[in-house]
Amino acid sequence: MEPLKIYELVKERFGDRVLEIADKKPDPFCVIDPKSIVEVCQFLHDDPQTAIDALSNETGVDYKDRIEVVYHLFSYRHRHTAVLKVKLPRENPSVATLENIWKSANWMEREIFDLIGVNFEGHSDLRRILMPEDWEGHPLRKDFVEPLEYHGISTVRESPIVRLEAGKK
Amino acid sequence: MSLLNTFPEYTLTTRTDELLNWMRKSSIWYMLFGLACCAIELMHTGGPRADIDRFGASPRASARQSDLMIIAGTLTLKMALRTRLLYDQMPDPKYVISMGSCSNCGGLFQFAYSVCDGVDKILPVDVYVPGCPPRPEALTEGLLKLQEKMMTERWLTRSNGAREKAA
Repeated sequence: MEPLKIYELVKERFGDRVLEIADKKPDPFCVIDPKSIVEVCQFLHDDPQTAIDALSNETGVDYKDRIEVVYHLFSYRHRHTAVLKVKLPRENPSVATLENIWKSANWMEREIFDLIGVNFEGHSDLRRILMPEDWEGHPLRKDFVEPLEYHGISTVRESPIVRLEAGKK
Repeated sequence: MSLLNTFPEYTLTTRTDELLNWMRKSSIWYMLFGLACCAIELMHTGGPRADIDRFGASPRASARQSDLMIIAGTLTLKMALRTRLLYDQMPDPKYVISMGSCSNCGGLFQFAYSVCDGVDKILPVDVYVPGCPPRPEALTEGLLKLQEKMMTERWLTRSNGAREKAA
C-alpha cells in the first residue's frame, strides 16, 4: 500500500487528530496529534490492511521553535512504509511511549531522551543510553552549551587552522 | 687482570640495565583493548600476517598483566574516565601507544561534543602512531620505536635518564 493511502485510512478513522498529511519527497509523512499517537500506532499495528509490524526507526529533531519525534514504520507482511511525526513544544516536550506496541522503541526512545530531551511517558527504563549518566544537558538541542570540562578533562578545542598558523610562527 | 677470553664461550657479558631492558622489551604484553575502527587494525597486527608476537608482544586480557596499552580508536569522554582507570590498574613500568588520528588529536571527530581530543589529555603517551587507521606495518614500527625507547632506560641508577613518569 502507498504511504498516502495509509494516511487516508488513518484520517478516515481518526479525523481531526491527524493534523497534516504532506506529500513530500522522499517520504510523504503524516503529522499526528501527540495525545493520540499510541492509538494511531496501535491501529496501524493491528489492522490487517496495514499490519505495520516493525518500528524501523524512531528519532527526534530540534527545529528551534518546536521538537518533532519521527516514526519510520515498516510492514514485513505487506512491504510498505509509513512515516509519522508528532510536534511537541520546546519546553518540557513529552509524548507517550510506543514500547508496548513495538519493543524496539525502548532503546530508540532512550536515545531521543538522551540527546534531545524528550520525556516518554510510561517508558519502563528512561535512562541515558549514550552519554555518561552524570552528563548535563541534551547535546543535540540547538541551544546546548558545551561545558568547559568534564571531570577535569578540558573540552576546549582549538581550531586546526589556529594550530597550523601557530606552528608557522 | 683482563677478563678478556676468560669466560667459557657460551657466556655473554652485558650490563645489568641492558639485560633488564632487553628482557622487558622482548616481552611487551599489550592490553587487549580497542575503542573503535583502529582496533580492527590492532587485531590484524596481532594476527599471523603482521604477527607482532615476533617481537614478544602478545595480547593480555587483563590490565593487571599488561605492560603496554594501545589506545586504538576514538576516545570519548565517557570512555576517557574508564581508560584512565584501566591505566591506573596497570603495574609499573607501563607504556602507552596512541594509535591513529583520533587518539593522537581527536582526528575527524575532534569537534564532537562527546569526544576527548587526544589521549594525551588524560595519560602520558610514549609513542604516537599516525594514520587513519594506521596499517599494521605502522603499528609494528610504533612498537619497534617503543622498544628503542625502552632500551635507553636506566633503572639501577637514579640520575642519568631515570624514567620519570608524568602524573
